[in-house]
Amino acid sequence: MSTPFITIENLSKSYGDFKALTDVSFSLEEGKTAAIIGSSGCGKSTFLRCLNLLETPTEATFRIGDKEVFFQNEKQVDGEKDALSFRREMAMVFQSFDLFPHRTVLNNVALAPMLVRKMEREKAESLALQLLERIGLSEKAKSYPSQLSGGQQQRVAIARALAMEPKVLLFDEATSALDPELVGEVLDVMKALAEDGRTMVVVTHELNFALDVADVLVFFDQGKITEIGPPAELLGNPQSDRLKTFLTRYHHMLKN
Amino acid sequence: MGYEYDWSVVLQPSVWLEAIYITLVYGIGTTVVGLILGLVLGLMLISSFGPARWFVQIFIGIFRCTPALIQILWFYYAFPIVLGINFPPWLAAGCGLTFYMAAFSAEIFRGGIQSIDKRQWSASRSLCMSYWQTMRHVILPQTFRRMTPAIVNQAIIQFKNTSLLSIVAVHDLMYAANALTAETYRPLEVFTFAAVIYIVIIWPLATWTNHIERQSNKRLS
Repeated sequence: MSTPFITIENLSKSYGDFKALTDVSFSLEEGKTAAIIGSSGCGKSTFLRCLNLLETPTEATFRIGDKEVFFQNEKQVDGEKDALSFRREMAMVFQSFDLFPHRTVLNNVALAPMLVRKMEREKAESLALQLLERIGLSEKAKSYPSQLSGGQQQRVAIARALAMEPKVLLFDEATSALDPELVGEVLDVMKALAEDGRTMVVVTHELNFALDVADVLVFFDQGKITEIGPPAELLGNPQSDRLKTFLTRYHHMLKN
Repeated sequence: MGYEYDWSVVLQPSVWLEAIYITLVYGIGTTVVGLILGLVLGLMLISSFGPARWFVQIFIGIFRCTPALIQILWFYYAFPIVLGINFPPWLAAGCGLTFYMAAFSAEIFRGGIQSIDKRQWSASRSLCMSYWQTMRHVILPQTFRRMTPAIVNQAIIQFKNTSLLSIVAVHDLMYAANALTAETYRPLEVFTFAAVIYIVIIWPLATWTNHIERQSNKRLS
């Protein structure tokens, strides 16, 4: 019954001579949350950007549900025709929020549904309002991103991603750019989504979040998956020296 | 002996009104068409299609590096002879200035588009928006706001450059001033008055656009 929903096979990504990712394989069941940890430069963000096809993998096979894409020699096999429908399966939340500064919060959320999903303005805006309500920001619908705190902006970015009704949510260090006191509100939204049974891949430095929310924890090191397993097991009983070293650096963040 | 001013010579309302009308038509017309053309050229400048970029680079090179006066003359006199195409004179007169505006604004548009944070592109792509959807709904609106001061500056220069059109017998303000001077031998009064008219036309335009810019800045930051 536990057939993988997301499958990544032999993902490699090189920039010239630099190998950012080497032969990464990974799968995740529907409704589960995977947390990806690792020091900066270990390839975890590249991994996420490759999956979202924002970077073209050097080699890879990606599968989400019944959608498949293949890459060889820095090129998508069979051209790029399936790229868009593959990307439609997921939506990404970025470290720097990247809201559209010239549009209201409501418009930020409603834009892609109108353009990409061809929804009528009214429908898209009512969907956007609904989502804003869910993240507790409906009263900010008419504000501009610059009038919001970082935490609020990131919550809007989550609503914007949800408006595409993706099957998978990708989070690329969604709380790393936030002031410490604003991290909680974003993690709460992410946690609620995980509890709703969303399939999520979360690159994070928040080990407690990984421990509480993730079903699978993935430790990246030097462009490879070094350890993978249940979060409590990995954090409680790390096998590799690299993960041990990594955890000592983050030890102070872990609650007992 | 001091100069004796005689301002009565400029009291020719019908002459000036006609000239102001012509100046406004050429000023606004060549600016607007030049901007639209400049936007298209600016987009070609950042296109991944090499020949499009090269074409625009050559176009810009020619029109930025030659005097507007020569461009006006060239379109008015040389174009019909060399290419055998007979433009109506009013159009030929406007072509030079329009391309002049297009060349300068193309560079402004290119710079503006490239100054927008690359992450706006990733965010849009991630939301499955196409290149043109992203350009139209995300990048260009931000670009326009950022470029307003540069565009206004260029538009002001453009309005003043309409005075060059008098060389090809466009009956604009400068032409009217020349004609009136020939008639009255009072260049000092006539050209001073013409200068005042240019100020009265251009100053409010600049102030108005500054105002718009302040409004949108207030909202965005």
